[in-house]
Amino acid sequence: MNVAMLLDMAADAFGQRIAVTCEHRSLTYAQLRSAARAAALQLGAGRFAHAALLDTNGLTAPIALFASAYAGLPYAPLNYRLTGAELEELLRRLAPAWLLARPEFLARLKVPAGIECAEAGRVIAPPAADPGPPPELPSDPGAVAIQLFTSGTSGTPKAALLRHEHVMSYILGTVEFGAAAEDEAALVAVPPYHIAGISAVLSSTYSGRRLVMLPSFEPAAWLQLLHEQAITHAFVVPTMLVRIMEYLAQQHAPARFPALRAIAYGGGRMPRPVIERALASFAGVDFTNAYGLTETSATVCLLSPADHRAAVQSEDPHVRRRLGSVGKPLPTVELEVRDAAGRALAAEEPGLVFVRGAQVAGEYRGSGSLLDAQGWFATQDRGWLDAHGYLFLEGRADDVIVRGGENISPGEIEEVLLRHPAVADAAVVAVPSEQWGEAVGAAVVVRAGAAATAEELQRWVHGHLRSSRVPERVVFRRELPYNEMGKVLRRILREQLKGEP
Amino acid sequence: MRAIKPGLRLKSAVCATEVMVIRAPPGEALLACGGSEMLAASESAPAGAALDPAQAQGSLIGKRYVDAEERYELLCTKGGEGSLALNGAPLGVKQAKALPSSD
Repeated sequence: MNVAMLLDMAADAFGQRIAVTCEHRSLTYAQLRSAARAAALQLGAGRFAHAALLDTNGLTAPIALFASAYAGLPYAPLNYRLTGAELEELLRRLAPAWLLARPEFLARLKVPAGIECAEAGRVIAPPAADPGPPPELPSDPGAVAIQLFTSGTSGTPKAALLRHEHVMSYILGTVEFGAAAEDEAALVAVPPYHIAGISAVLSSTYSGRRLVMLPSFEPAAWLQLLHEQAITHAFVVPTMLVRIMEYLAQQHAPARFPALRAIAYGGGRMPRPVIERALASFAGVDFTNAYGLTETSATVCLLSPADHRAAVQSEDPHVRRRLGSVGKPLPTVELEVRDAAGRALAAEEPGLVFVRGAQVAGEYRGSGSLLDAQGWFATQDRGWLDAHGYLFLEGRADDVIVRGGENISPGEIEEVLLRHPAVADAAVVAVPSEQWGEAVGAAVVVRAGAAATAEELQRWVHGHLRSSRVPERVVFRRELPYNEMGKVLRRILREQLKGEP
Repeated sequence: MRAIKPGLRLKSAVCATEVMVIRAPPGEALLACGGSEMLAASESAPAGAALDPAQAQGSLIGKRYVDAEERYELLCTKGGEGSLALNGAPLGVKQAKALPSSD
């Protein structure tokens, strides 16, 4: 079992279709396979332990991914936004490794010993003649296919391992081969080192949907590609959608999306007001919320387009609130919410989210499998299920505020703050409290031209939630600290709020 | 007869069909295509092996083939002229599930 089989099947069945487009350059599935096979030849003969990529979204990402698979090496795409020193440290952990890199990224670092660099530009031209299949496609289902470094917001980045069997289970369980119509095109704006960037390449290849790569996300460029490339499908993380909606509001012009059928979003909490505005702005487009983790080979839960429409149209508050849900587990995934003692909880009871299924990898380099004896993986996310099996997430277990023994999730308070007309952005974290152990702290960004006081926002929260949820401390910021994938850096806010009155 | 386990890849002895085993209970089974037992990549077809016209409904790339109880599941990775069968019983195409694209 090997993920390169996905490309082999696509190239055999529809080799002349366009596989991937970036900045007016394209490769067909047959050309993509030739380029990947040619690159794999440089990787063979047991010289390397990993194949790494240091490049933005483009033609190199699918080539490097499949070349690694043909050569039987773990593929390790790196975050090009890291500092030179951070990249050197990761490369030392990968050595001996082949590194496909864009020269300007290499200029920032001193390449460690054991790293052989290949220039990105040389690899994307398909070879004049296809080198043919490797003598034997590596077939060990337990071999590592993908190694992704976690964002490392808390210490040294961990290397999450996804084996061929996990990734293939996800793709074969969720995508129908060749099901995309010939006019379908998927816009990929997440970077190649994000699990969603990897699953986009694999899903699109297997379904036959053309990939359109946006090297660096920016709302105007994203919107332009929608009509220029007749995009039918797009995936965004919540911050991208926030920026797209802000941009459209500033332009006072509706988006042009002549071919767009579906937008999927995931990778973080989607604020309710943003998805509500997006549903109105992109009328007629199917929205899907996908919840997943690197460690689960991407998506484990889906809120379907039908669920979105039902939530918007329903008078029933239990159906309406599903717009804030991540939906139901995939047919191939089991999900449980458990208490701290490991007991499965009933509907509406918040606890820790566990998942099980053939796509769940749950492993870091050096950790061994983190699945329990029955195959369950602790996601470290907190949440609860409604009576119909829809999952509502509250946030990471580490982010829960424990106030006098009561567990308070930042998410519900943030949602209330974000609904205040003067609030542009808000994050809620624990602050130390002599009386309660921990109390609720809020960092708020006020909308340009608007004003709000701490007392006013406290009254606002009090009007919507129980009194224990009212932030004891409210601080105002020009902006909140985010990582480059749009996740609020709560650790930094906790440190900052600790020291403020 | 051979041990059939997930990940195993087999090819037809009489046509272009290739499959990969997705799901199988432990133990041995006889997987045939076009009327002849399927082969591992390294094996070659026995002399005189030919497509049985009664077993020539064809296999389609990308389709999943299952037995009546859905205990076995194969993915066709290359299509061909032969029909797929397990222990003498024809395998059927599994219905595609319609999941919205999430990436």
